[in-house]
Amino acid sequence: MAINTEKNTYTVIFACIMVVVVGSILAFLASSLSDKIKENERFEKQQNILYAMGVNENQDEGSVNFIPTDRVEGEFSNYIKEQLVIEGDQITQDDEAYLIDMKKQLSEMKNGTTPRLPLLIGEKENKKFYIIPLYGKGLWGPIWGFAALDDQMVVQGVYFDHQSETPGLGANIKQRYFMDDFTGESILDGAQYSGIAVAKGNNDPLNNTKDDNEVDALAGATITGNGVSAMISQSVNLYKGYLETIRAK
Amino acid sequence: MALLTKKDASLILDPLADNNPITIQVLGICSALAITAELKASVVMAISVIFVLGVGNVVISLMRNVIPSKIRIIVQLIVVATLVIIVDQVLKAFAYELSKTLSVFVGLIITNCIIMGRFEAFALGNGPWKSFLDGIGNALGYGVILIIVGFFRELLGSGTLFGYKVLGDPVKMTGLYSTGYENNGFMIIPPAALIVVGIIIWVQRSRNTALIEDN
Repeated sequence: MAINTEKNTYTVIFACIMVVVVGSILAFLASSLSDKIKENERFEKQQNILYAMGVNENQDEGSVNFIPTDRVEGEFSNYIKEQLVIEGDQITQDDEAYLIDMKKQLSEMKNGTTPRLPLLIGEKENKKFYIIPLYGKGLWGPIWGFAALDDQMVVQGVYFDHQSETPGLGANIKQRYFMDDFTGESILDGAQYSGIAVAKGNNDPLNNTKDDNEVDALAGATITGNGVSAMISQSVNLYKGYLETIRAK
Repeated sequence: MALLTKKDASLILDPLADNNPITIQVLGICSALAITAELKASVVMAISVIFVLGVGNVVISLMRNVIPSKIRIIVQLIVVATLVIIVDQVLKAFAYELSKTLSVFVGLIITNCIIMGRFEAFALGNGPWKSFLDGIGNALGYGVILIIVGFFRELLGSGTLFGYKVLGDPVKMTGLYSTGYENNGFMIIPPAALIVVGIIIWVQRSRNTALIEDN
């Protein structure tokens, strides 16, 4: 080889070229794919929201089947009747409320700004569903989801998802047997908005008791489970004011 | 194998048993502990590593004469990271469902010591074709152990395989559970993976005593 790869100047030049080449490959890729990726993320949100209100293609007891992406947009506008943004005492309509990033709103809230909280009202078989987004921390990263409530604050369905919980342990929050347990539980304890706790020792693995504000925890996923409890109680308290007006109706 | 010379074939076959990256070289243990609670995750991880290590080895091998030795580790890291991000982005755009399953593994693949280890030990000193075979071989060896560990941990820990209840339903007490059998919760926590890997190493060395080092 004619080039002396040990020289410092060579090393510096090599590093610069490498950074530029790799940087431009990734930048090109990211910008050319971003539209497609954004669209996928939008479809996913719609699927998740519909799933929480019980609009899905589940066939057996075990698996989670969403409305396919080619139909989801249509179904979404069929079932979701109103999209509200709650900003302090102000409530406005916004057709893209469901795209609001909860993570951003929650961190803005910490800085003292009033968050813009999305709330969706869906209707299925003449029954109204109030769908609120959830966002919190698991063991390794963020966890999020949606909960559909009826006008008496009883959970009609939930959907949870996570970024990087441990497969087989914390990742099981998106399994049917965990999510289905929430259906029928109330987020109210008396008149208190206490949410639903993921409890280890509630002696109710089949979740027959629906009025204890508790569901059975996942073995080996204590921190993720606690994260789910905290996430639900945080969201419920954020929406307390609006939910109270629904309940009073 | 007519396609491969005997030496080439050994590049693929050796890491499967007598020079296995996990049980003999003891590399990549971290990810073997982290994701083997489920068989499905083990399989996905194995496939991802096969791809990244195969392609990465070829890239590094092609660049081996121009990489300055002072910064070779950083260059290797950049190559792995770039490959993984490309795969991740393409999947996000065209196979969104699959990309969601894989997203957990992206970080684990980049930091997997087998990948850096093979770049450093093999690809820097050998041609692209040999490096490719070596990459595939080592990734397969890694995958085999991952799948064995995942099989036992999911079966004994959760009573399922690929999520199917093969031993009956523990809540409704059907199948094996009606006889009083219970899932071993210990199997789904990470230390159990060490024990399973330990047992594999023990079995392997007692069958092939040439592998035991003299002390």
